[in-house]
Amino acid sequence: MDPLTGRPRLATVWLGGCSGCHMSFLDLDERLVDLARLVEVGASPLTDHKDFPGADITLVEGAVANSEHLEHIRAVRARSGVLVSFGDCAVTGNVTAMRNAFGLENVLNCSYRENATVVAGVPEGGAVVPRLLERVRPVHEVVEVDYYLQGCPPPADAIWDLITSLLDGRAPSREGGRFG
Amino acid sequence: MTQEELFEAQEREQQRQAGLENRIYCCTAAGCVSCGSETLRQAIADQIKAQGKEGKVEVCGTGCMGLCSRAPLVRTSSNGMIYGGVTPEDAESLVAAGGPADKRIDPQMPFFVRQHKVVLANSGYVDPERLLDYIACDGYQALAKALSDMTPQEVIAEVKASGLRGRGGAGYPTGLKWELVAKQPAPVRYVVCNGDEGDPGAFMDRSMLEGDPHRVLEGMAIAGYAVGAQQGYIYVRGEYGLAIRRLQAAVKQAERERLLGSHIFENSFGFRIDLRIGAGAFVCGEETALVASIEGRRGNPRQRPPYPPESGLWGKPTLINNVETFANIPDIIRRGSAWFAGIGTAESKGTKVFALAGKIANTGLIEVPMGTSLRSILFEIGGGVPGGAAFKAAQTGGPSGGCIPAEHLDTPVDYESLAAIGSIMGSGGLIVMDESSCMVDVARFFMDFCVDESCGKCVPCRAGTVEMHDVLLRITRGEATEADVAMLEELAVLLREASLCGLGQTAPNPVVSTLRYFRREYEEHMRERRCAAGRCRFESAAQVQGGAQ
Amino acid sequence: MSVKTLEIDGRVCTGVTGQTIFDVAWENRIQIPRICHVGGISDIGACRMCLVEIEGRGRLHAACMTPVEEGMVVRTATERLKRHRRLIVELLLAERNHVCAVCVTNGACELQDLAAELGIEHVRLRYRFPKLGVDTSHERFGLDHNRCLLCTRCVRVCDEVEGAHTFDILGRGANSRVICDQDEPWGESESCTSCGKCVQVCPTGALFAKGRTVAEMRKDRWFLKYIVTAREKRQWIR
Repeated sequence: MDPLTGRPRLATVWLGGCSGCHMSFLDLDERLVDLARLVEVGASPLTDHKDFPGADITLVEGAVANSEHLEHIRAVRARSGVLVSFGDCAVTGNVTAMRNAFGLENVLNCSYRENATVVAGVPEGGAVVPRLLERVRPVHEVVEVDYYLQGCPPPADAIWDLITSLLDGRAPSREGGRFG
Repeated sequence: MTQEELFEAQEREQQRQAGLENRIYCCTAAGCVSCGSETLRQAIADQIKAQGKEGKVEVCGTGCMGLCSRAPLVRTSSNGMIYGGVTPEDAESLVAAGGPADKRIDPQMPFFVRQHKVVLANSGYVDPERLLDYIACDGYQALAKALSDMTPQEVIAEVKASGLRGRGGAGYPTGLKWELVAKQPAPVRYVVCNGDEGDPGAFMDRSMLEGDPHRVLEGMAIAGYAVGAQQGYIYVRGEYGLAIRRLQAAVKQAERERLLGSHIFENSFGFRIDLRIGAGAFVCGEETALVASIEGRRGNPRQRPPYPPESGLWGKPTLINNVETFANIPDIIRRGSAWFAGIGTAESKGTKVFALAGKIANTGLIEVPMGTSLRSILFEIGGGVPGGAAFKAAQTGGPSGGCIPAEHLDTPVDYESLAAIGSIMGSGGLIVMDESSCMVDVARFFMDFCVDESCGKCVPCRAGTVEMHDVLLRITRGEATEADVAMLEELAVLLREASLCGLGQTAPNPVVSTLRYFRREYEEHMRERRCAAGRCRFESAAQVQGGAQ
Repeated sequence: MSVKTLEIDGRVCTGVTGQTIFDVAWENRIQIPRICHVGGISDIGACRMCLVEIEGRGRLHAACMTPVEEGMVVRTATERLKRHRRLIVELLLAERNHVCAVCVTNGACELQDLAAELGIEHVRLRYRFPKLGVDTSHERFGLDHNRCLLCTRCVRVCDEVEGAHTFDILGRGANSRVICDQDEPWGESESCTSCGKCVQVCPTGALFAKGRTVAEMRKDRWFLKYIVTAREKRQWIR
């Protein structure tokens, strides 16, 4: 709970995703106003929070694709009451995980050597650029997930249903959920 | 040849052999051949010439004598001795003085004395490439008797009364199966011998085909007479080159003497046997896949019913039995069902051939009455675990079977008792393990085998074995969790209940049985990242963090 | 041709000799989930989705392969069967690369439908991510192995209805894959008649028609019944 307002804290995170799920979240349109009365939105790519102090409900978009995602999702899990895999990338790996079939080395080679137009070579990155993981993983392969929102992106209605169910302490309806 | 000619040939050959000073039997089954026994045999032949003993001393190849751990093996008729670890340098002494005393193997060893040879009776006593050797040992007399003295129904009744059950692993009553086939309306029926022995560690059928092929041919011909078939096929796995050659030669020899072909023993009954060679698929040991393979189609199993006795090869009633099952038939017909039923237990009659492998002193081939205890097989006959190490488990039934721990060593070896403790009789492979075996890795090994050998037709087996193997692999790397093991158990239920054929249905057995008896090992791997056997390498925590897998 | 009366999920149903449990259930509006079965081609009982419980018989039986018998008591939707179906679909989703977001049959895919029906929200198994190719050598159609379920509907429809037998399966187990002729590019096939039946029966987007958008790529499987009824009964039902 947020200490100031007493409302549940809602946070969102995006890992290896396209932010389409967040766009779908914004498709809540007027319901965002209703949502604002029910929760305190904390850390989110849509807000200006730089760190993740904690949340009661966290929506996680995107698959775990690099070392920063891995570190971050573990911290997020530890500091979240309920964690939701938000969208197909988080639930199944989806497009982000398509590189798994080819192998990291081939993908880097193709991107940075074969198709380089200016300077060919895989960037070092140093300490700043996160290292790509050998295997992109859906979120539940890395941390425990409480709920899943399928879809690419999940429809706004499904997002609304899940959040309000959780806030009401009900089980989410799960009707009509499908991949894709 | 007629029945009289058969007896005459037998007597002539027996007298001829009795007239020899010495007959030297040099094992030329695959195990000893791989230890150089062909060179040894040639050396003995050369020595016979060199010592001027032609006509008095003879050398011939022979089948597996069982004590493969002491290969190459040689038996000499002059003194009834068996010698082990024989080299070409010993040829001189073998021909001249009966053999090197320091290489003698005690014929009173429990290994020999505690066995009861029925299907392996000729192994070590006949040259598998010589029909007369087989005839000298009562060969083809059962077939003659069946054709001259018995009706097909009487033959079936004898097999039923004997209590013989399928030796391929399922243990279905053989007589009943024969009866089912014989009852079918069609005029065309087939007899098929399943020689696709595919279990890792199993070499019983191979040894029988290499060491006494005529016995199998005779058994099939008797079956053909009983069920009304004129054509038989022996499906042998392609990897058994030596067995294939011996079988081909045996079929030709039998045909030449009219023991196969048309008008056998001048009876109206005719029976042809042809070979069909496998091409490297374990799944083709499953009877419907085997049928598909013989028909030239992809070796996928199909739904049963209908079962092969009703609709098998080319839709015709087909009798499919294992090599060892057929090998039991001649003796049952010749010596009677009561004799056979007198061996073994109430529900499991007769003997069973086992291939002892792994951490056992006397690696090799044995034949014991059903009902012999595992303890007796492993410690008396098998000679126990070498090096004084502690026995840990015995695996029976290959990838369809289970691991039996020390606490169940007194279990009698029969179909029901083994099933009750979570394993199966299987085809006879018996792999012994000591403390250096990691039971999780053993389960993983057999699951890996199933991954490779799954035909791919049904989803539970094709995809489920892959996922089960992945979990097992990650357990051996210390990367798995309790949730993974729960998934493993759920997948095990799916495969057992939903797979199309026996391969998928029994693929979970090694996992289930090791979880039942060695759960602590699984837990140690997961919770403590420790492998008691010292086999599994665990990645450092840092590597796991990096998500390398 | 005798009539058989049986009970399916507590309902009394009638069928005739030769009909399978699946057929009779379907006629009585009891939809048993299935993948490899499609009316009009032979049944192989491979996917194991249509397994049902039959009273008095210990094992589970494929409804599409089991002829109805008088007095049978069949249950098609017990908890155990639902668990098995769910796990089978999860196995399929994990086995190859089913990325709905970029697939032309997104929204009209039988695998997607099944997953939704069975309430699958996530796959509890680890994805395999195999490296599989796409064959777009044919002028009109494409074959994306990443989406293939190895249901062999395409193999059977091409063999039994079109009579060309362009497709078959090469390899074993998880290495199995659909091939054209002697494992040649589809565009070079000499047996293919470009009839497109395979595309229509394929449950996913593995076989697709080129140049269609997601909205357009809808499959029509009822043509099979039309062809087979015409061929066998000389009746034209459309």
